[in-house]
Amino acid sequence: MIKLLSGNEALAMGAYHAGVKVATAYPGTPSTEILESLARHDDIYAEWSTNEKVAMEVAMGAAFAGIRSLVSLKQVGLNVASDPFMAASTMAVNAGIVIACADDPGIHSSQNEQDDRHYAKLAKVPMLEPSDSQEAYEFMSYAFDISERFDIPTLMLTTTRISHSKSVVQVRQEQTPPAKQADFHYDVEKYVMLPVYAQLRYSLIEERLTKLAAFAETFPFNQVSWGERHLGIITSGVAYQYAREVFPQASFLKLGMTYPLPKNLLLNFAAQVHRLLVIEELDPFLQENIQALGIKVTGKEFIPRTGELNVDIIEKASRSVGLLPEISSQPLKDMSIKLPKRPPQLCPGCPHTGIFFTLSTLGKRSSLTKSQVKTAKESPLVITGDIGCYTLGTYSPFNAMDTCACMGASIGNALGMEKTGIAKKLIAVIGDSTFMHSGITGLVNAVYSEGQITIVILDNRTTAMTGHQDHPGTGISAQGKKTRAIDLEQLVRGIGVSDVRVVDAFNMKQLRNAVRGAVDSTELSVIIVRGTCAMLAPKGSASMVIDAEKCNLCGICLQLGCSAIQRGKKQLYIDSALCAGDRCTICQQICPRQAIHLKSRVESVKLL
Amino acid sequence: MKKLDILVVGVGGQGVILASDIIGETALSAQYDVKKADTLGMAQRGGSVISHVRIGRQVYSPLIKKGEADILIAFEKLEAARWNDYLQPGGVVIVNNHALPPSSVNVGNEQYLNDQEITSILKQRTDRICFINGTRHARELGNIRTLNIFMLGSASIFMPIEIQAWEDSICRHLSPNICQINIVAFRKGREEMRNAHLG
Repeated sequence: MIKLLSGNEALAMGAYHAGVKVATAYPGTPSTEILESLARHDDIYAEWSTNEKVAMEVAMGAAFAGIRSLVSLKQVGLNVASDPFMAASTMAVNAGIVIACADDPGIHSSQNEQDDRHYAKLAKVPMLEPSDSQEAYEFMSYAFDISERFDIPTLMLTTTRISHSKSVVQVRQEQTPPAKQADFHYDVEKYVMLPVYAQLRYSLIEERLTKLAAFAETFPFNQVSWGERHLGIITSGVAYQYAREVFPQASFLKLGMTYPLPKNLLLNFAAQVHRLLVIEELDPFLQENIQALGIKVTGKEFIPRTGELNVDIIEKASRSVGLLPEISSQPLKDMSIKLPKRPPQLCPGCPHTGIFFTLSTLGKRSSLTKSQVKTAKESPLVITGDIGCYTLGTYSPFNAMDTCACMGASIGNALGMEKTGIAKKLIAVIGDSTFMHSGITGLVNAVYSEGQITIVILDNRTTAMTGHQDHPGTGISAQGKKTRAIDLEQLVRGIGVSDVRVVDAFNMKQLRNAVRGAVDSTELSVIIVRGTCAMLAPKGSASMVIDAEKCNLCGICLQLGCSAIQRGKKQLYIDSALCAGDRCTICQQICPRQAIHLKSRVESVKLL
Repeated sequence: MKKLDILVVGVGGQGVILASDIIGETALSAQYDVKKADTLGMAQRGGSVISHVRIGRQVYSPLIKKGEADILIAFEKLEAARWNDYLQPGGVVIVNNHALPPSSVNVGNEQYLNDQEITSILKQRTDRICFINGTRHARELGNIRTLNIFMLGSASIFMPIEIQAWEDSICRHLSPNICQINIVAFRKGREEMRNAHLG
């Protein structure tokens, strides 16, 4: 059967057909769809784990019990999971365990651009890199076989472009193999990493790496395709696809397994070409490891080390060193005239809009009137942020976020600043899913350390940014089953916070009072801002309209950054197709001239 | 057909990804090799959305090279101007004659381009420019969300694929209750494009 699948869908199907029975993940672009696809099969167990560390530990548990398991995560997710990941690479895994990790060159949706291929070398685990969806599908069964044969986790590394591109896949089968009976066999030397046993593992680990390198020589997806011998290109992943277009005549050594490297295959290829080139994204990972084998090779001297590659970039770099002729034809005309940018923004009816407007105005952050522009530096508040849709609160018109480091960092960052004796008030802003992921330990720490910061938990009842996955607070499993929900308010109180304020995300007065009260309070405060994500809530029955006679164009409503509120030629108006209507009403609440009111949708369409 | 590179652009929420999915699947059903890549940026909504669809005998890169797209389908006018440099000289550009001003324009920090400015940017690449009233037609059909399928219908006359294959593919992608209205939108888009005067 032939299908058009994204890399992530292909990985999921490959894992399913390879007999995976336990799949775990925390959502993270660009890896999210792997677990989403697997969760649709009801003959396996799939979970959104609280975070990647937990996901890794659950998958290890399943493998210890003899059941094939898969962890999927994004590049920074592997940082969170790195402790159990390193443990798993030291111990034995028993049944196959594959870590599908998606890097994000170009930083489409991440906080950094780290090259996770280095993790393979650090952990001394085998790494496979598919270059399209067909390989993503095929490689999965190899990944599980390698894991079991060498008793080690396999790292399956993709990038945004591989995970999110769709290409044609020839699917082998329809069914997953039947489940084996799980069992666990006592073997402390393999499973208990006390120093005395861990020390025993290391000679085995080195021996295993040598065996893996020998296996890499025969791995069928480490392929040579001979073209002209004057240029030989070693490449992997999506870089292979670009390189094929730039150098259609060259000889290629395409590596499907990029750690450990097949030394003889590389030496043999190098000996038969005149000039040897590595084309890879991000760090010179292949290049340096090939050079370490004593092979002379170039690449990163002229191919960019940052950002995503594409055909244009490789062509330009190759021209700069004479690998391609200079273009004689006229270059295409420069179109770089200044166009208004269109950054992502909060949706109309977003439950984050009200709190960010409140933080922005109380913190004197937005330039409500042009004459009193204050920079964020002069704000009486420092707002430490976190990772989610609400990081968009950084942008104008709110300018209401000062830091964003990594998942859960807002609380620790705020506490650290407060402990310096800073004169400004500290507010940490974190989403519900992010709080569950890694905010809880930060809060425990802040309570224990007698912090006086304010923590705002934006409870929109979902993991919105990655496409609305459930989490422990929603009480729904990854497979859509009702399960036990963790009560956020009880959790926070249980940790020892007594000043807990639960407010309605769409009630401006409540929001303002809560933030004011919490900031002025001398104890640690938690504000839970509760409002359903605009994309999950039904649109209100009516739309807001602006009464042109009452409106004096003061522009305060525009400071909400709501895309439904638009500037016409002579007046401001609200696009009824976008407006969330009576479910939101924030613009109505903040209009100083009471010029905004509700109208049924039918009427408001007529007005336009 | 040697190859066909199609760039579909618009604003989050307009249905760019679904439209390009349908192009990809339809081309696959017509026995072509297909690669498709979406660039969404970080948010669910409101930002620029770009989808590359590459069709041919064998496709390597999932991304279209700048200056090589055969067809640019823009669901919004400013986005047509923004991504115009992907179009090959003499390529076809189909623009929904509708403006969705970004927030920077609404707050007054930046200016939206007027129609002349947009046309002059597009003309730097091609004279085969067609503005069609997709949003108006979709609204008249009673469902603004049919815009993407209307635009797809307009673009479909430039692709060597049978109408039946398009319509089968649309029905496979949409739930039965909205399939019929989208088929109507698709046919209307085709008709509109046939009557349109290119350039």
